[in-house]
Amino acid sequence: MVQKLDTLTETPSQTAGPYVHIGCIPTFAGLEGIYPEDLGKRAIDEGAQGEIVTITGSVFDGTGWALRDAMIESWQPDAQGRFPGQEGADPKVNGFARFAADGDSGEYTLRTVKPGAVPMRGGGWQAPHISLWITARGINIGLQTRIYFSDEDNSRDPLLLRIEQRHRVQTLIAQKTGDGLYRFDIRLQGEGETVFLDL
Amino acid sequence: MTDLGPLIPRNRAVHPVAYDVDYKTSVTRSPNLPLLSMESTLTEESGPRFGHGLLGPLDNNLILNWTKGAAPAIGERILVHGRVLDEHARPVPRTLVEVWQANAGGRYRHVKDGYLAPLDPNFGGCGRTLTDEAGYFQFLTIRPGAYPWPNRANDWRPMHIHFSVFGHSFGQRLISQMYFEGDPLIERCPIAATIKARSQLDRLVAPLDMTSARPLDFLAYKFDIVLRGRRQTMFENKLEGM
Ligand SMILES: [Fe+3]
Repeated sequence: MVQKLDTLTETPSQTAGPYVHIGCIPTFAGLEGIYPEDLGKRAIDEGAQGEIVTITGSVFDGTGWALRDAMIESWQPDAQGRFPGQEGADPKVNGFARFAADGDSGEYTLRTVKPGAVPMRGGGWQAPHISLWITARGINIGLQTRIYFSDEDNSRDPLLLRIEQRHRVQTLIAQKTGDGLYRFDIRLQGEGETVFLDL
Repeated sequence: MTDLGPLIPRNRAVHPVAYDVDYKTSVTRSPNLPLLSMESTLTEESGPRFGHGLLGPLDNNLILNWTKGAAPAIGERILVHGRVLDEHARPVPRTLVEVWQANAGGRYRHVKDGYLAPLDPNFGGCGRTLTDEAGYFQFLTIRPGAYPWPNRANDWRPMHIHFSVFGHSFGQRLISQMYFEGDPLIERCPIAATIKARSQLDRLVAPLDMTSARPLDFLAYKFDIVLRGRRQTMFENKLEGM
């Protein structure tokens, strides 16, 4: 016999199901007025410092069908790479946003400020990125991924460098489609499958 | 900001499998390729914080919040309460807990739910609260009904409440479901069965808690939630810039 550890184990996940919007984005589900406004409605407030960007995309299943029921959350630092709560962080950058795939088109839109580079523990920098967490019916544990930007230097990013199949790096890079406009599609399964993260 | 250390890596064995033929939607929505694992970074170790200014007085009372106190929801009145802890068994204070659920008949107030059971005009179906200093939370609600869903020909969801918890780091983010002690549909549910270790599924089943039930008013169920913890870093360097 050995001593017993007094640690606990994380609670198991379950799918967010088709009605995740009721709890997380109530107005999307038709529950107007239960809260003054949906949580995470805006990633930034007016006056945020830096380049304002609009990222659009879809979440595709293994058959190429764009999910109509996905809920996505994003988390990011301000233009200087400072997260809310850190000293000097831009008070107009909320860092957190919640958005849903459109019920008709399956497209999502995230309007935010382009984030700055973020330091690594022990030295080095991560290229500018936005962290995403994707939930939907049929997703049994939330899927974590990141948005990097095609017009930034991503060559020394420690996470991207860990991707062995170099062509898969592209699945984490939003493509610039215009001034301040980017496209970022997420493929849950199969050809062009997005790199999902465990960190 | 002090470096609290990296997040403890997720033990994927306690979680549901991504791909399960008996839960049909998961078949086309589960990644085929392995996840990319790495030690957490500041991105996952930081996270949104929400204050009491966010909350209205009835936000954790699903019996009354839809009608703003005008009329109570139909159903069996219950208190659902518990603590949010981390893997070191320390309370997670001031963290946002959100819930959503079907009404007593098993119907959701959602544009896409067309189940035969009627909507309750007095029930919305969502609530939220912040844990206190000891990680404690509570909701007053009605017991949700079981409901059928299109999967195999006759699949029913056991009574359940959906939970969403933030913690203090974006990498702690968790959505799960609470089931009720004694519900025979838990055994038969393909979604519950995506968790392969029965001992882990049992952790989602809230026991009846008569010590917290209020006589002539409501029954109580206890539901504790554990989020990922942070690894101690006494012998490591501080995170640059923190
Ligand atoms: Fe449900």
